[in-house]
Formats: sequence, structure tokens, C-alpha cells
Amino acid sequence: MSAQPKKGAFSGIADAIVQVGACSLFLLQVLAAIPASFRHFRETVRQIWFTGAMSLVIIMTCGLFVGMVLGLQLYYVLSIFGGTAALGTVVSLSLYRELGPVVTALLFAGRAGTSITAEIGLMRATDQLSAMEMMAVDPLAYVAAPRFVAGVIAMPLLACVFNALGIFGAHLVGVSWLGLDNGTFWSNMTSSVDVWKDVINGVWKSVAFGAVVSLIAVFQGYTTAPTSEGVAYATTRTVVFSSIVVLALDFVMTAFLM
Amino acid sequence: MAQRRSYQFGSGLFILLGFAALAYLATQTTSIANFRQGDSYTLKARFTNVGQLKLRAPVKVAGVRIGSVESVDVDPSKLDAKVTLSIDKRYNEIPDDSSAAIFTSGLLGDQYVGIQPGGSPEMFKEGDEFVLTQSSMQLEDLIGKFLVNGSPSSKPADAGASGDHPSEPANPSSSKP
Amino acid sequence: MSQPGAPSNRSDDALVQVRGLRTVLGGKTIFDGIDLDIPRGKITAIMGPSGTGKTTLLRHITGQLMPDAGSIRVDGADVPTLSRSALFDLREKIGFLFQNSALLTDFDVFENVAFPLRQHLKLPEEIVRNIVLTKLQAVGLRGAAQLMPDELSGGMARRVALARAIIRDPMLILYDEPFVGLDPIALNQVLRLIRTLNETLGITSVLVAHEFAAVARVADLVYLIAGGKLVAQGTPDQLRDDPSPWTRQFFGGEADGPVPFQYPARDYATDLGFAGGAA
Repeated sequence: MSAQPKKGAFSGIADAIVQVGACSLFLLQVLAAIPASFRHFRETVRQIWFTGAMSLVIIMTCGLFVGMVLGLQLYYVLSIFGGTAALGTVVSLSLYRELGPVVTALLFAGRAGTSITAEIGLMRATDQLSAMEMMAVDPLAYVAAPRFVAGVIAMPLLACVFNALGIFGAHLVGVSWLGLDNGTFWSNMTSSVDVWKDVINGVWKSVAFGAVVSLIAVFQGYTTAPTSEGVAYATTRTVVFSSIVVLALDFVMTAFLM
Repeated sequence: MAQRRSYQFGSGLFILLGFAALAYLATQTTSIANFRQGDSYTLKARFTNVGQLKLRAPVKVAGVRIGSVESVDVDPSKLDAKVTLSIDKRYNEIPDDSSAAIFTSGLLGDQYVGIQPGGSPEMFKEGDEFVLTQSSMQLEDLIGKFLVNGSPSSKPADAGASGDHPSEPANPSSSKP
Repeated sequence: MSQPGAPSNRSDDALVQVRGLRTVLGGKTIFDGIDLDIPRGKITAIMGPSGTGKTTLLRHITGQLMPDAGSIRVDGADVPTLSRSALFDLREKIGFLFQNSALLTDFDVFENVAFPLRQHLKLPEEIVRNIVLTKLQAVGLRGAAQLMPDELSGGMARRVALARAIIRDPMLILYDEPFVGLDPIALNQVLRLIRTLNETLGITSVLVAHEFAAVARVADLVYLIAGGKLVAQGTPDQLRDDPSPWTRQFFGGEADGPVPFQYPARDYATDLGFAGGAA
């Protein structure tokens, strides 16, 4: 594992390729373990609680503030063109299509991804994964797959909550504080936002982000060096890699889903 | 045991909240919100140019929404735009000499179909067609008129058509044969 | 017999047979042709200096690690050739006590001990409760059932792990360094448990350790591994009197011997920079 900070550029690239390959193979293993993980359905539910429900507070707070900032900024920009009536449209489109899925994924990586990595890393370091193997319980099915599935389920739901709070925040700023007409705000939004092209495409994005972030988090925890230093590096890598992959994937998906 | 139940309860609550948020976003903030009208009837209108009128754009009387645009097609023989409007059943007393026009809400707003009520005692029925229509006002056209100060009825059709094109190439997924 | 822990009736009395075992890990030869038998119903100790791969041997027996050559037969099945599901079936009949106990931190003591039952059998809650409390009683921790793993001392955690290892009445228990880090009282408790489990349930036990004094009190048979080879074997009494240099150094506590005190290095004088040291 790339625990040493000092390295040549070439071996750094080789390391990255190795990581990508190992992570992809790991994805196949996790996918193969998903049917078996239904036997541990309760564990999946517990993980939805830990990764999803426990992230609600941060997601809701950030959604509200992002919405409020969007409300302020876009109101200012739109007022230059005399188009403040379009505030609801612009805020909702930027939230649904871009900011909701991406910001939720980044927050999720920081909140839930790190704790998944640290938890699995510590299970590795304290032999809990080997102990499961020895008790004839497949840790891929009991530990990895439920967390992966929970991430895939939780992320789009979190993104929707984020969006709803964002709209609420923009409404608060635009309508309640800056005096935009309530009817204009909503009717402009409803006439130009499309369910499939905007809302559902955003949901697909966050499903993909949920898969990517929880895969990286589980993978980093699973393959961590079984030391406290190894766990620390693995959590850092989870955040760094998740952020990069989410933003890169966002570009690709945007290009395809437009 | 009690602890395990609370996980399940919390997760269930979280999932319900998430889906509630999704349902709210999908139904209240999108064009689906405009479908709430329930029973409706359709009217037809022909325009020489619809500008950027979109599907499900609002249909308004006196600025109040009474329905939405259901389809926009080109009539192959007459080469004008045939717009089908879906009107809420509640508003079934529209005089049959009313006129339909395409307006823009604000300078940058979306376009909608506005109906100017007429005075006829006969009312529109399902499938009827507007006799009087007024096409979309094209900004380029207006500017052109203002600058050239020429005759006002020269060629509104081509000027408006160019407005739609810039959005097309940015759409890699729609590859129609 | 349908009980999962019941060993099949085979005529030979070796539950585990290792033949010609060769293992290379990271370029280092761990085992270089090892043959050993672990008799049924006995307590067998595997001893050796640190780093000789005693734990690796246990991981071979449970199929967590595949050897480069050789065969390991456990209850008639050749472990390296088993499929993953056959391996899991075999592991259900083996209890494993980890050096650091490896209790699942999410669960309390009761759920930790119940874990293998819940994962593999659909039993009514009442029966699970009875089995778990019986095993906890056996290790003397019935009163600690509601504690979380981080509230346990090292000795208690190991006893909980032991209760978990025997929850399904296995045919074989593997103890990985069961005496490390225990105070004398906890050590005596664990020793007594190993002995009791073996005598009352007839469970074959394999003990990996390097505390000869403790091992001598329970083991029926001792194998001494060093340098990838089996260097001595016999009862604890035989080994205590064995004249070979390996046993002398290991059991007699001499600092230098076949296992050198100095890690292999360049010439001392050269390292210190004295001219003419090499040449």
C-alpha cells in the first residue's frame, strides 16, 4: 500500500493503476456477495441507519445554507438582467442537476465514507474480519456488501432531502427576505423543471455517486494496512479518492445525461 | 433488542423521509405540478411561429393558469405549427371567438399561451380550433423592425425559427436518425 | 450423528495430518517440508521462536492461507483443494481463538457469543439464550453477558472469545497464543479452561504458544518448529530432557544458540569503520 509519502512520479502512477484495478476487482466481489448479504438484511438496515439517517443533520444543514447562498447570489446576478422571476427555476435546476448530487456525495464521503473506512479498517486491524472468516461468515457478505448497498440506497435519498432543503432555503431568501413574488417563484419553477430530465437524472447521478463513494470507502477499509497509521491513511484516501472520482464521474454523467 | 428495533425504526423513518423529499421535488417543483388539473378537454390552435413554446407550458386567461400545452407539431401540408392545448374541465365556458396568442413572461421568462376571451354566446367544445391566433413575438424580429423601420409584416417565420437551434447541438444523447 | 461438531468415525487417530508442507511468504521460506500429526482428543502444542510461522500453520489448517506445496488433511478433507463453501462447512466445525480475541465491537458479550448460532442456525430465541448462557457459565462470565467488548479486560475478552469458539461444540479448537498478555490469575483460568474443555467435551486442541512453563501444564504432545523445520517433538517431559541444541536454547532460556542473538549483519569492525575489517 502507498503509505510512504515520498515517491517517484512513475511509481505513483503505477500505484494509482494498481488501486483502480484492485478496486474494480473488489467491486465484482462485492456485487457477487450482494445476494448472500440478503441473509444479513438486518445488517443492511443498520448500515442505512448509520450511513444515511446519521448523515441527515449535516445534509439538511448544508442543503439549507447552499440554497440560501444560491438564493442570494443568483438573485443578485439575475437582477442585473431584470430576470429575478427566474430565481426559482435557476436555483432548482442547479440543485437538481448538479449541486444536490455532488455536494451530497462530497459530504457523504466526509461523514459516512470516513467512518465506514475507519470501522472496517479497525475490524481488519483487530482481526474481526478474520474471525468472521473463521466462523464461516463471509465478511464480504456481512461487512462489505451491506455497507455498499446502504450507500447506494442512502445517497439518492439524502440528495433529495438536500435539494428540498435547498429549495426551501432559496425560497426563504428570495421570497421571504428579498420580496420576490411567491407565485412567480413557484410557477416559473414548475413550468421549466422536468421530472425526468432534471429530477430523475439527478437521482441517477446520486445513485452512481453512492455506489462510487461507498465502494471506495469499503475498499479502503478492507485493504488497509492493519495498523493505526494504516487506518489513518486509508480514511484520508477515502475522502481524496471519493472527491476526485465523484467530480470526474459527474462530468462524464452530465455529458451523457444532458 | 430494543436497540435493534430503534435502528430499524430510524432507518425506516429515514427512507420514508427521503422518498417524501423525492416525491415532493418530483411533483411540486416540476411540470408535473401542472398536471394536477384532473379532467380536461383539448383545444387546437395554429400559429405561424411558436417561438420557444415548450410542452406543458402554461395556458392562461387573464394571467391565471387554466391548462397546459399538450403537443406542438408541424402541419405537413400547411407548414404551420399545430398546438394542442389541454384545458381544465372547470373552464368550459370559453367563447368560441376567443383568440390565442403566445406571450413571454418577462424579458427572460418562458413562453405561454394566453387566451383573450371573445364575446360569442357559443362556447368552445372538445377538439375545437381557435380561429384567431397571434404568433410568438420574436425579440430579434422586434429589434430588426426597430432598426430598419421597414414594413412590419415582412417575414416573421424565419426570424423566429433561428431561436430554437442553439440548444440542439449541446444535446449529445438525442441522436435521431 | 448430525451434530456439527461431531468428528466422523475414522480409524486413524490423527485429526489433522500435515505432509510435506512448504510455504514461502514474501520471499521468505516459512515452512520447508513439515510433517506432523495432531491426534484426536489430545492437546497438542506447537512451539517455536517468534517469527517461525506458528500462526501461519494455524491459518493453513483453517484454509485462510494456501501453502505452496504439501497437503493438510483435516478430518479427512484436503484443505488446500476445498472449494470456498466446503471450506466454510469445515470451519463451522473448528473453533479458533484469536490472539487479540477479535470480538465484534458492535455487539455485547451475549451477542458476540451468539453470533455463530445466529448466522448459521435458525434457532428459537429461548434456545439461543440457553446455549449462550451455558457457554458463558463454562467460562465463568455469565454475569458479564450485557457488557460491551471494550469494557472487558484482556483475560475476560479471551474467555468470551473462547465461549464463542466453543458455542457450536467444534471437533477442533485452535488457540493462537492464548497466554500472551495475561496476568498469572487469568493465565491459570485460561489453562484450566483449555484442560476442562478437552477433558469434558473431548475436543481436540491445538495450542500455539511459546511459554513452555504454561504449555507443559496442559499439553499432551509438543512440536517444536524452528527455521522452517520440525526440530523436536514429544511430551513436555521428553522435551525438557532433550539434549538437542534447539530444545536447549528454547526451553533452557539460553540467549545464543542455533537461533543467533545477532541478526545477520556485515562484519562488526567494517560497520564501525575500522580499516582492514573486511578484506
